[in-house]
Amino acid sequence: MKIDRYEKIFMLLGVGILAMGLIAIAISVLHYGLHVPSPDGRIAPGDVRATSPWDEPGVYETGDGEYEVIMLAETWRFVPDEVRVPAGSEVTFRMTSPDVVHGVLIEKTAVNVMIIPGQIATVTHTFDEPGEHLFVCHEYCGTGHHLMSGRVVVE
Amino acid sequence: MSTVATTAEQITPHEEVGVETHGQMWPVTGQIAISLFALGLGGFIGLFQAIERVNITLPPFGPFENYYQGLTFHGVLLAFVFTFGFANAFVSWTTIRGFDRPLYSTMLAQGAFWVLLTGTILGAIIMTMNEATVLFTFYAPMQAHSVFYLAAALLVVSTWLVLANIVLTYRAWRKENPTAAIPLMGFTSLTTYIMWGLASLGVAILVVGILLPWSLGLWEHTDPQLGRTLFWLSGHAIVYFWLLPVYISWYMFIPKQVGGRLYSDGLTRFAFILFLLFSIPTGLHHQYTDPGIHEGMKGFHLLLTFVIFYPSLITAFSIMAALEHGGRKAGGRGLFGWIMALPWNNPAVVAQLLAMLVFTLGGVTGLVNASMSVNLVVHNTAFIPGHFHLTVGTAVALSVLGICYWFVPYLTQRPLFATKLALWQAWLWAIGVLIFSRGQMSGGLDAQPRRTMLGEASYSLPGWEVANWLTAIGGIVMTVSGLLFFVVMIGTLLNKRAETAEEKAALQPLMPAPPIHDHRKSWKIFDRIGLWTLIAIILILIAYIPVFLLYLPAEFTSPGVRVW
Repeated sequence: MKIDRYEKIFMLLGVGILAMGLIAIAISVLHYGLHVPSPDGRIAPGDVRATSPWDEPGVYETGDGEYEVIMLAETWRFVPDEVRVPAGSEVTFRMTSPDVVHGVLIEKTAVNVMIIPGQIATVTHTFDEPGEHLFVCHEYCGTGHHLMSGRVVVE
Repeated sequence: MSTVATTAEQITPHEEVGVETHGQMWPVTGQIAISLFALGLGGFIGLFQAIERVNITLPPFGPFENYYQGLTFHGVLLAFVFTFGFANAFVSWTTIRGFDRPLYSTMLAQGAFWVLLTGTILGAIIMTMNEATVLFTFYAPMQAHSVFYLAAALLVVSTWLVLANIVLTYRAWRKENPTAAIPLMGFTSLTTYIMWGLASLGVAILVVGILLPWSLGLWEHTDPQLGRTLFWLSGHAIVYFWLLPVYISWYMFIPKQVGGRLYSDGLTRFAFILFLLFSIPTGLHHQYTDPGIHEGMKGFHLLLTFVIFYPSLITAFSIMAALEHGGRKAGGRGLFGWIMALPWNNPAVVAQLLAMLVFTLGGVTGLVNASMSVNLVVHNTAFIPGHFHLTVGTAVALSVLGICYWFVPYLTQRPLFATKLALWQAWLWAIGVLIFSRGQMSGGLDAQPRRTMLGEASYSLPGWEVANWLTAIGGIVMTVSGLLFFVVMIGTLLNKRAETAEEKAALQPLMPAPPIHDHRKSWKIFDRIGLWTLIAIILILIAYIPVFLLYLPAEFTSPGVRVW
C-alpha cells in the first residue's frame, strides 16, 4: 500500500502523542496515586437505612487525623450535608443511595464518584488546607436535583 | 401518519432515475425530514436551558412542566432522532450510489422510515405527557412509562432495518462482482452500519430485555450498575454512529466540493476498519467513576479509547490533504494561501469546514475526558456538555446542515434558497458554539455540575456567573443560526422546481472522484468485511467479558422510582 512520506510522519507523530498521553496517565495513577473508584461491596437499596453503618450517617474519627464519613445520597439531599474536619485530615467517604443514581463532586479535589443504588462508593481524600469545599450532586436525580449539595469545612 | 409519507413522496420528485427508485428515495427524504424536525424542535428547547442559567425562565420552559422535561426532550430528539434519521437517510443513499444499484429491499427502506416515525411520535407523546422525564440516558431505577422504552427500541430497530438492507445490498453486489474491490463509498457505508449494529446490542438488551418488562411490571427490580454498563457498551460507539455519516461526507464529497481529490483509498479503508474494531470496546471510559467496576478494567478501556482516537487523527490528515489539494488547484500559494482559495462562498462547504475546525477542539477535549485520572476533574461537570456540543453538536450537526445545503436541493430538485443567509448560518453556529462551550467548560472546571437547573440551584461558586453568561449568549447565537437554517430550508422547499436542462444540471448529485492512490494500491485484506466483523466481536468480548464476569452475580434489588 502506498503511504506518502508526510502521511507516515503524521501517523508516527499521532502514535507518539497518544503514547505520551497514556504514559502521563499511568504516572498519575501509579506514581501519584490518583485512583478512580473500584468496587467496595454492595447493599440492597431497600436495606440501606436499616443497615450499619448507614443507619447512622455522620462523621466519625477513626484514628489519628483519620475520619470516616458515612453518607447517604438520597432525593434530594446528602446526609450529612456538612462535614467538619481539621486541616490535614485523611477523610474516607463511604456512600450509597437508597433510591436513584446520584453522584458527588467535591470542588478543588479529585473526589468525583457516582453513587449508584446497590453499590457502595468509597473514596479517600486528604484535606491539607483550611477552607470550604462545596460538594454537589452531579447526576440528574429528579426535579429537586439542583437543590442537592453540601460542604466540607476544613478547620 | 400516511399524510407524512405522502408529503415526503410529494417533495421527492424522483422518477426512476438510474439506480434511484422512487420507492427507495422518498424514505430518504422522509427520514431527512424527521431528522430536521427533531433538530428544530430539540434545538429550540436547548435555548431555554441556556438562558435558564442567567435566570431567564420563559413561562415555564416552553410547553414543559419543568427544566428536566425539556432537557429530556432536547437530549432524546437530538441524540437519537436527529442523528438516526440523518444516518438512515444519508447512508442509505450513499449505499445506493456507492454500489451503484438500488437497495436490496424497498420494503426494508420504507419500513425504516415508518418505524423511525412511529418511535419518534410515541417518544414525543410520552415525553410531552411528562411520563418519561428521565433524560436521554434513562438511568434505572428512574422508571419511565413503558411507551418511552418502546419508543427507544423502535428508534434502534429502524437503524437495524437500514443495516439489514445495506448488508443485503452489499451481498447482492458481491454476487455479481466476485473479485472486484468494494467501492469506497459502499465500504464506508457498510462498515459504519455494521459497527452500529454490533454496538446497539448493549442498549437493545438493556431496553428490551430489562427495562421494558420492568416498566410493564413483569418484575419489580433492576440492577442500576449493570444497566449503566449495558448502556455505555452502546453509549460510546453511538458517538461514532453520529460521526461516521459525516466522515463519509468529509471523505467522499468534500474533496470534490473543494475541487481536490482524496489522497488515499487504502488509508480511508484503514480508518473505517479501525472505527469498526475499536468504537465499542471503549465504553468504560464513560464509567470511570462508577463504584461497581474494577479500576483495572477501566484502565484497559482507557487504552482502547486512545486507539479509537487514532483513525480520527488519520482523518484529520487525509481531509486536510484533500483540502490543500483543492486549494492549490484553485490558485492558492504559500504555506496557508490554499486555505483562502477554498470555496468560502459555498455554504455546503463552509459549514463543514467550520465543523472540522471546531472538531479539533472537540477531539482534544474528548481526550481530556478519556484520560482516566484527569476525568476526575471533569466527570459529570458542565465540561462534558461543553465538549459534546463541539463534537455531536457541531462537528456532526453543523456538517449535517452543510450536507443539507446540497442534499436537500438535490432530493427535492429545488435550488438552494438564500445562499448568503446559509453562509451566515454556518459562521454564526461556529461562533455561537465556541462561546457556549467556553462557558460550559470553564464552569465545569469550576465544579459546575452538568444537566442541572443552575439558575434555581441552591448553591453557586465564583466563576460560575461568567460561565453562565457565556453559555447563555452562545446558546442564543446558536438559536439564531438554527432559525436561519430553517428559513433557508423552507425557502428552498418553496423555490420553483428545476425544469430547464441547465437548472437540472446544477442539481446533479455529487459523485466522488477516485482517490489519487486508488483501490489498486490498497491491501486486499481491507475488503474482508466478515473477518473484520469477527475481530470486532472478539474485541468486544475481550473488553467486556471480564467486566461482566467480575460483576456477576447481578443483583436486581432496586425498585423503580419516579422522581419528577
